[in-house]
Amino acid sequence: MTVRIGVVVFPGSNRDIDAVNSLEVAGAEPVMLWHDDVSLDGAAGILLPGGFAYGDYLRAGVIARFSPVMRAVAGFAAGGGPVLGICNGFQVLTEAHLLPGALLRNRALRFVSREVEIAAERLDTPFTHLLGTRRALRMPVAHGEGAFYADDATLDELEASGQVLFRYVHDDGSRAGGEEDRANPNGSLRAIAGVLNAAGNVAGLMPHPETAVEAVLGSADGLGIIASFVASAAERERAGGPVAVGAR
Amino acid sequence: MTMEVRFAVNVSPKSGILDPQGRAVEGSLDHLGIAGVSAVRVGRRVELTVTATDDAAARAVVERLAAELLSNPLIEAYEIEVLGATSSIESATAGSRE
Repeated sequence: MTVRIGVVVFPGSNRDIDAVNSLEVAGAEPVMLWHDDVSLDGAAGILLPGGFAYGDYLRAGVIARFSPVMRAVAGFAAGGGPVLGICNGFQVLTEAHLLPGALLRNRALRFVSREVEIAAERLDTPFTHLLGTRRALRMPVAHGEGAFYADDATLDELEASGQVLFRYVHDDGSRAGGEEDRANPNGSLRAIAGVLNAAGNVAGLMPHPETAVEAVLGSADGLGIIASFVASAAERERAGGPVAVGAR
Repeated sequence: MTMEVRFAVNVSPKSGILDPQGRAVEGSLDHLGIAGVSAVRVGRRVELTVTATDDAAARAVVERLAAELLSNPLIEAYEIEVLGATSSIESATAGSRE
């Protein structure tokens, strides 16, 4: 039986269909969850897609944080369920305090929409275990507020505890520099493109692996991330881990 | 009896945090032929009216709102300003005469 993954749709989400497509490519059964939903419809994993939830009014992700579905997602995450936030979904997770740090406006004063390269810093997480080896993964970014920020003490702690999941890199896999380096598209501190929570079951990243899952899309480098997430959700479900409220 | 208190919440980037919007504004000053302006910080101001039993209760509501919703404490600081207060006694009395 294929594993059911919930894709949360907020007013203003616009990468939800890409997320659904990527989950299908990875062999999962996507189910759309509306922002008003209080149940996660039996999902064994939750994906928060990109877009502009609630128009990004006030601050990107903050209004979404208080939606009914996010209460359910927070409970699901607290119980160990795998949650992946992409782009705006990452912003929602930081605003909801399910992930550390914040995403500031891009330092280079522009919306960036182009391909970048990232590499996984860890290959033993629910989101990266099928990537195989550490190498540069090519996928698009499309955001105006993606500069990862946390204070120095928090950044040190994230590095020490293995919570830096993805960094922007050059072609050869070497870490990108600061805002002056084109490989770092938004001026993220320490070239951080994605992070993990302390428990290791919630992750977010600014680039879009879900739109890089088939060669026809220009790159299939993102599939390893989506497939890892799907496999982890399936594994957890098989092992009898608690799935979302309203389970089949 | 209730009262209405009008507040303004001024949210600004914390000191030490790079403010790309402030930097953009600063970068445009040359084009305006303006010199001598520095340390531009762009924030946001939210004005709102709180209906509560007294000043302290109104203040508590706006404090919570400012900390949980209007600002992100990780990157932003806020200041609360009282713009004015009106007691609803008069309007309640006026209403009863109708």
